[in-house]
Amino acid sequence: MSSRAVSPATDLLREQLRIVIVGHVDHGKSTLVGRLFHDTGSLPDGKLDAIKAMCERRGMPFEWAFLMDAFQSERDQGITIDTAQIWFKTKKRDYVIIDAPGHREFIKNMITGAASAEAAVLLIDAGHGVQQQSRLHGFLLHLLGIRQLVVLVNKMDLVEYSGARFAAIRREFSDYLEGIGVTPSYFIPIAARGGDNIVERSALMPWYEGPTLIEALDNFQPAARLTDLPLRLPLQDIYKFDDRRILVGRVESGRLSVGDKLLFSPSNKTARIASIESWNSPAPVLEAHAGQSIGITLDDQLFLERGEIASLEQDPPVETNVFRGRLFWLGHEPLQVGNSYLLKLATREARVTVQAIERVFDADDLSAKPAVEVPRHGVADVILRSLPLLALDEGRHIARTGRFVLGDGTNIVAGGIIDMEGYPDQRELVTKRSSNIHKVEHGVLADARAERNGHRGGILWFTGLSGAGKSTLAMAVEQELFRKGYQVYVLDGDNVRYGLNANLGFSPDDRAENIRRVGEVAALFADAGMIVITAFISPYRADRQRAREAAKGGLHEIYIQADVETCEQRDPKGLYKKARSGEIAEFTGISAPYEPPESAELIVDTGAMSVEQSLATILHYIEENFSLLKVNHGNGA
Amino acid sequence: MDHLDQLESQSVYILREAFNRIDKLAMLWSLGKDSNVMIWLARKAFLGHVPFPVMHIDTGKKFPEMYAFRDRYAVEWNLNLVLEDCPPVEEVDPTLPPNARSAARKTLGLRNAIAGHKLTGVIAGIRRDEESVRAKERVFSPRGDTGQWDFRDQPPEFWDHFNTDLPPGTHLRVHPLLHWTEIDIWRYIEREGIPVVDLYFAKNGKRYRSLGDSDITFPIDSDAATLEAIITELEVTRAPERAGRAMDRETEDAFERLRAAGYM
Repeated sequence: MSSRAVSPATDLLREQLRIVIVGHVDHGKSTLVGRLFHDTGSLPDGKLDAIKAMCERRGMPFEWAFLMDAFQSERDQGITIDTAQIWFKTKKRDYVIIDAPGHREFIKNMITGAASAEAAVLLIDAGHGVQQQSRLHGFLLHLLGIRQLVVLVNKMDLVEYSGARFAAIRREFSDYLEGIGVTPSYFIPIAARGGDNIVERSALMPWYEGPTLIEALDNFQPAARLTDLPLRLPLQDIYKFDDRRILVGRVESGRLSVGDKLLFSPSNKTARIASIESWNSPAPVLEAHAGQSIGITLDDQLFLERGEIASLEQDPPVETNVFRGRLFWLGHEPLQVGNSYLLKLATREARVTVQAIERVFDADDLSAKPAVEVPRHGVADVILRSLPLLALDEGRHIARTGRFVLGDGTNIVAGGIIDMEGYPDQRELVTKRSSNIHKVEHGVLADARAERNGHRGGILWFTGLSGAGKSTLAMAVEQELFRKGYQVYVLDGDNVRYGLNANLGFSPDDRAENIRRVGEVAALFADAGMIVITAFISPYRADRQRAREAAKGGLHEIYIQADVETCEQRDPKGLYKKARSGEIAEFTGISAPYEPPESAELIVDTGAMSVEQSLATILHYIEENFSLLKVNHGNGA
Repeated sequence: MDHLDQLESQSVYILREAFNRIDKLAMLWSLGKDSNVMIWLARKAFLGHVPFPVMHIDTGKKFPEMYAFRDRYAVEWNLNLVLEDCPPVEEVDPTLPPNARSAARKTLGLRNAIAGHKLTGVIAGIRRDEESVRAKERVFSPRGDTGQWDFRDQPPEFWDHFNTDLPPGTHLRVHPLLHWTEIDIWRYIEREGIPVVDLYFAKNGKRYRSLGDSDITFPIDSDAATLEAIITELEVTRAPERAGRAMDRETEDAFERLRAAGYM
């Protein structure tokens, strides 16, 4: 025979509630489940007899727990290994039980099970009282966001159904739960083995006047409706199976309608919903709400990627690259400051670094201590920082986009809830546009600046393949010019991406925006009278043309020329190797185009010239075109 | 949203995650009611398309009605159908009981197909309520290079963050129907008008409740000749769904052993 889960004969209109049963190992979870099934008439035919027969065959006493413990190995070891799900029903509704094991090593399974529950049952052995696992499970349930809790004080038969014993445990555990902000809905004294106070009220505990377990469960509410919260639609994918470009995802909260203007974060782009796409639906879909997996088209062909969160404009998510997470740590190795993990938040993934561990909680007494690391199964507040901007919410505001997991290698090692206290929303920093811009004429004229500096301001826009020598030459030119008394500064790809453009990735749109910003900043530097050297591949003519226009005549395009073979041979950053192996997609010159300048002011062929020759060529060009001093190369006067 | 809407939305989310995260993906089509629902859900998820191969691991011993069904709907649903044979029973672990041994041919066929097509993900239509060993599954379940399942050390899976990063040589089983029950399946078939093989409907007091190889699958006593009648029958029955599948019950752990070795 094999054990079998029981399927419910659900009426579609009947409610379903998912509950998780947790508690210290041996406090009677599996026995409770067996009893619940039997007492609610939810066991399939022959099941009870099959378990009885199996026990006889093995020469062991009958155990209700065998109903849940389906694996042979579990029966042999007498512990529940993993999360399982089974169903039972009461007159009011159907229940899905997620059985979570209590063995300390199996916390990850308990979390896997409990994370999807709407209510929880926590068992405490009346004889052994509150154990560390009881407290830890209570804490984790709270972290997982489960607010409906019934605490069962089990095995009352072993303490002679003592009301005093029950009251003592109730007091101790209530005090603990209060410390973490949890108020259990019910405390119930039961004896699972005999079925006392499960379905039938126990005649052995007349002092108890509260509900039975079934009455308590029936009083719980299904998960709160997320429809009334602000709209959050994390993009899961973008499909182009036919001529439609369809953005798909699940509405995590709120609602949307055709015609709504969506704001996508963190790219801060907006567009209106042109249609909600569906297949085999009886009528055109005009609106959608929390819980639905949908597809939409937009009135504007925005470049968007998986991970963006769509909202309405008036109530967008927070944008930040640093946040606090209260997390539970499941990794085998401790979490430490400086470690880097893969953050998964809704459909977004990004590398994050642990900037600080603020406090680690002791599950026993809830004291919070500063610590240098978080041990396995520890709970802690940590500060996480990412390079790109993230769109997220506070956990207490919108749970679905206010929680995250961390991945390390191929494993999920943590789950956490976001808390932004003390950290500002950075959205305005990247989007704020003054509504009251008037161009102000400077009182200081460009000529006056040039007079003082001894040279005109302007931009030397270096363009060319990776490895052509742009950065090397830019830095050498900067050093030489500085030595000669020039006001000079280099804008380089890496330093700009750490700050000004930290919210940009490497998609075509983001690359274009990267260059646009560099062009604008370079134009300001030039206007301030400086010589600014930009060292960017900037492969597209259109992008360079835009920079040229921003500079209003001050831009000099310098083509640092070398063929792909030469650059690949140099490969100073090892990028060509990665591009060839496919590790880097869309690499200029290998798998993405480079459009050489059509009319560069200067061409520097680094394939044919040495670094010194190239440097001299550029310096000569600068002196010819920017210097106000009469230069005589012969004597340096 | 009613219960079926919720299940549908969750399955669509899972299928879209699988399609986004897994490079070499295929869906298993056993020709039974569950995998028909699964193909239907894929068409919901991908707006009428099924953007990956649909694979039938053919034991060669299915009912003729099932082959006819396959050939008709592969065309009608515009599927990229891939057929894979199973090795002869002589190649299967001889210590398994005879019926399980017969069923295990499919495991070997699947293993060969995964290796042959270099698949990194296989979508399978198992449900938790079918069998309590299946009840322990994850939605995204990693498998070793020979397809075996380590149920003792499964990675955590919560808040719909599935484990999609795998060491080389392993693959993922994806289970979009894991949370569905048998009666959910039938109600959804009724609501959506999804075609199924006629063998599920009673003739002369007998119908198949679960379809496998014709030599190890047996009909149950039933007069349920319509979808409505099947749903009504399931509302009151306390007999398990796979009662007609001989391979499950030869020994106490037969199904567990099949699963651990890579059976669906």
